[in-house]
Amino acid sequence: MRRTLGLLTLAALPLAVLAVFFVVPVGAMVARGFVVDGTFDPGAVVEVLGRDRTGRVLWFTLVSAGSGTALSVLLGLPAAYVLHRLDLPGVRIARGLLLVPFVLPTVVVGVAFRALLGDGGLLGSLGLDGSATAIVAALVFFNVAVVVRVVGGAWASLDPRAGEAAAALGASPATVLRTVTLPALRPAIASAASVVFLFCSTAFGLVLTLGGLRYATVETEIYLLTRAFDLPAAAGLSVVQIVGVVLLLVVVGRLRRSDDAAAGRAPTTPRRMQGYDVPAVAATVAVLAATALPIVGLVVAAFRVDGAWSTANFRALTGTGDDTALLVPVTEALRNSLQIAVDATWMALLLGLLVALVVTRRARTRTERTVRGVLDGVFMLPLGVSAVTLGFGLLITVARPPLALRDDPLLVPLAQALVALPLVVRTLVPVLAGIDDRQRQAAASLGASPARTLLVVDLPVAWRPVLAATGFAFAASLGEFGATAFLAQPDRPTLPVVIARLIGTPGGTNYGMATAAAVVLAATTTVVMLLVERLRVPSVGAF
Amino acid sequence: MPDETSTSPDGTAVPDGLRLGGVTVAYDGSPALRDASLHLPRGEVLAVLGPSGSGKSTLLRAVAGLEPLDDGTVTFDAADLAGVPVHRRGFALMFQDGQLFPHLSVARNVGYPLRLRRTPRPDTAARVAGLLELVGLTGYADRLPATLSGGERQRVALARALACDPRLLLLDEPLSALDRHLRERLAGDLRRILVAAGTTALLVTHDVDEALAVADRIAVVRDGRVVQSGPAAAVLAAPVDAPTARLLGYGVVLDGDAADRVLRAAGRPASPTPVGVALRRTACRLVPAGTPDALAGVVVATRLTAAGARCTVAVADVGELDAAPADGVPEPPAAGDAVAVRVDPAGLAVLAG
Repeated sequence: MRRTLGLLTLAALPLAVLAVFFVVPVGAMVARGFVVDGTFDPGAVVEVLGRDRTGRVLWFTLVSAGSGTALSVLLGLPAAYVLHRLDLPGVRIARGLLLVPFVLPTVVVGVAFRALLGDGGLLGSLGLDGSATAIVAALVFFNVAVVVRVVGGAWASLDPRAGEAAAALGASPATVLRTVTLPALRPAIASAASVVFLFCSTAFGLVLTLGGLRYATVETEIYLLTRAFDLPAAAGLSVVQIVGVVLLLVVVGRLRRSDDAAAGRAPTTPRRMQGYDVPAVAATVAVLAATALPIVGLVVAAFRVDGAWSTANFRALTGTGDDTALLVPVTEALRNSLQIAVDATWMALLLGLLVALVVTRRARTRTERTVRGVLDGVFMLPLGVSAVTLGFGLLITVARPPLALRDDPLLVPLAQALVALPLVVRTLVPVLAGIDDRQRQAAASLGASPARTLLVVDLPVAWRPVLAATGFAFAASLGEFGATAFLAQPDRPTLPVVIARLIGTPGGTNYGMATAAAVVLAATTTVVMLLVERLRVPSVGAF
Repeated sequence: MPDETSTSPDGTAVPDGLRLGGVTVAYDGSPALRDASLHLPRGEVLAVLGPSGSGKSTLLRAVAGLEPLDDGTVTFDAADLAGVPVHRRGFALMFQDGQLFPHLSVARNVGYPLRLRRTPRPDTAARVAGLLELVGLTGYADRLPATLSGGERQRVALARALACDPRLLLLDEPLSALDRHLRERLAGDLRRILVAAGTTALLVTHDVDEALAVADRIAVVRDGRVVQSGPAAAVLAAPVDAPTARLLGYGVVLDGDAADRVLRAAGRPASPTPVGVALRRTACRLVPAGTPDALAGVVVATRLTAAGARCTVAVADVGELDAAPADGVPEPPAAGDAVAVRVDPAGLAVLAG
C-alpha cells in the first residue's frame, strides 16, 4: 500500500499535467458536441454520424490507413532485416536516414510530395498530384521507418540458432523465413502494424496538404468542422476517433506484453551477406531510393526559380513573402521553433522520465502491477488522440479564465511536449525495464540509498537513451503541426505553421519560399536524428 | 597420433564418414579454428572436447555449413561439401538449449523435418510417435515447448534431430544447460539412442564426463587447434600435454624429479627422458607413515567431501598431493600428522608429448 502511494506520488506531476492539459481540453472539446445550451443532447452528434459525408470520411480513413499500413509492413520487412541483421557498409547511416521521414514535419512531407508530383516535379508526368495514391504513398513514406525500427529491433535480438537448427534439418532460407522467423516476429509485426495504422489514421498535416478538400480523413475533417464552427460534428468525430484509438492502444499493449514474454532473446552480431540475401538487399535499396525521392524533389524545387538554379528562395526567407503573407520573416519563425522546441523537450523529458521510472519499477502486488499497466497506457494516449482535438480543446479551456494561459509562452511547448511524451516514454521504458532488478538490489544491499542506486545502476545504462529521447523529442517538437496550428499566436508562429501559411497563400514566390523553408526544417531535423542514431539506442522509434 | 582408418574392426570397408582437412575459420581476420584435421567414421560418435573459447563450436558450425571456411576442406563420404548450403547437407543440429520452435507443439516440432520432406501425414504421425517413445516422452505430443522442463526440451530437440535420419548429427553442448543429476542420466540415454539408431554424431562439449559417456572417440581442441584425437580410451590413457590432461579430468600434473619419484612409487620404471605425469583425483591413497613404496609426507589440511574425507599432503621433492584415506583408516588424520601416500598405477598417465 505504501509502495502504491509512493508510486502515485512519483506519478503525480505527469498525471496532473496530463489531466489539466490533455484530459480536460479533450473532454471539453468532446462535451461541446454533446451539450447544447446547457443540456445534454446527443442528437447533433448522432445526426453527424449519419451524414453521407461522414461515412465517406470514415471509409477513406480506414482504406487509406489500411493500405498505408499494409504497404509499410510489406516494404519495411526486408529493410528491417537488411538494416538490422546484415553487416553491410552504410547500414547505420541508412538506419538514421530512414528515421528522418518519421520526424519530418508532416507539412514538409506534404510539400515534398507536391514538389515531386506536381507540375514540373520529377514525377509530375504521372498525374498523381492530389490523388488518393499520393496520400497513401506519403503515409508509407512516413511510416516505413516505424516498421523497420520495431521489427528490426526484434529481428536483431532474435536468436539465430532456431533458424540454423531448421536449416540443418533441411529447411531452405525461404522455408526458414516462413516457418521459423516470421512466426517468431509475429508479435513485433502486429505491434508495428497497429502503431502504423494509428499514425496513418490520425495523420493530419499530410492529408491536409495533399488531399485538399477532396480527400478528408477523420482528423482533417475534425479540423475543417472546427474551423467551420460545426462543433457538434467535430465532437462526434472526435469521440469516434478516441474510441477507435483507445481500442487500438489496448491491442498494442497486449501485443507488446506477449512480445516481451517471447523467449529466445539474445544480442546477435550482424552477419555477412549471403547469396539469398540479394532480393532483400535490392528491396531495401529500392525503399531507400523511394524514400529519398520526395526529399530530393523538395531540394530541387527549393533551388529552382523560373526554370533556373538559384538561391533566391532561401534569400527570401528573411522576408515575409509576397503580399505579406506572413506577419514575421521565416527566419524569425525558425528562431521561434527552436526556442519552443527547447522548452517542449525539457518538459517532455521531465515528464517522460518520471513516467518511465514509475512504469518500470518492479511491481510487488497485483494492484501495483495493474496501476503501472494503466499508467503506461494512459501516457500513450496523446499518441493517438487527434492533435487537432487537443489544440482546439486547449484553446477553449486553459486559454480562458481561470487559467488564461493563451498568452503564456509555455502553452505551445507544453502541447508539443504532450505530443512528444509517448515517444520519450517508449524510448526509455525498454531500457529501464531491461536493467536486471538484482543489480539495484545488490547496490542497495551494499548500502546505496535509492537516489544513489539510481545514479550507480540506472544512469550508466540510461544516459544514452535519455540523450536519444531528448533528440527525438526535440525533432518531433520542431515538426509538430496539428496542435501548434491552433495555439501559436499569429505574431509568434513556428516554422511548420509558416510553411503551411505560405502554401495556403497563392502568389509569386510564396511556394518557392515554402519549399526553401521546408528544406531548412528538414535539414535541421535530419541533423538531430543523425546525432540520435550515433547514440545507437535500439528503442528509438520502436513502440 | 594413431592412424585413422576407414575399415571396420572385421576388416570390411565402411563409407568414409566425415573428414576435415586443414580447416581454418576466421572471424574478422582472427582465426577461431586453425588447420583442423579430423576423421569420424560412419556409425561412430566423436566428442570434440575443449574449454570455452577454444574453437570447438566454430568447428561444429563449420561442419554444419554455418561458417564459411577460410581454408581446408570438409568432406562426407568423400564428397566435398564446399558450396553445399546448410539445408542440403543432410545433417541435423541440436543446440545447448534445444532451440525448439516456440509456436509449435512438441509433435509439430518433431515432425518439422518430415513435413519439409513432404512425408505423408499418417507416416509422419507414426514416426513422431515412435521418436517420442524413443526419447521417453510418450504423451507429450500436444504440449508447447514453454511448458517443458529443460531435460524434456532437450529430449524433444533430440527426437526432432533424429526424425529425418540425418547422415550426421551435430550436437552443440547438448547437456550443458542441465543440472548434474539430469545430465548424467541423459548422457546415458543419449548414448543408448545414438547406438540404437547407428547414428554418426559429432558432439561438442567442455565436460569430459559427458564426452566419455557418449562418445567412442575424442578430439581435444585448444586455442583453435586440434591437439589430440583418437579412440576415447587411448586419449584418456595418454594425454598429449599438461593442459590436455587437466581438461581430461586429471587433478595434478607433475614433471621432472617429482614425476620420476611418483612413477617409482607407483612401481613404474622411471622414464629415461623427462616426461610429465598426470594423476587422477583417485590415484593417491593415504597409508600409515613408514609403509614401504609409499611417499612420506605431512598432512597440511583435511576437509570433508560428499565422498568422504580428503587430505592435502606435502610430500618432499614432489609438492602437495590430494589423497583420500585408504579403506580401514578409522579417523582421518589431522593437520601436522606424518603419513605416507601410495600411488595407484591405474590412476596415473604418462604424458604422450
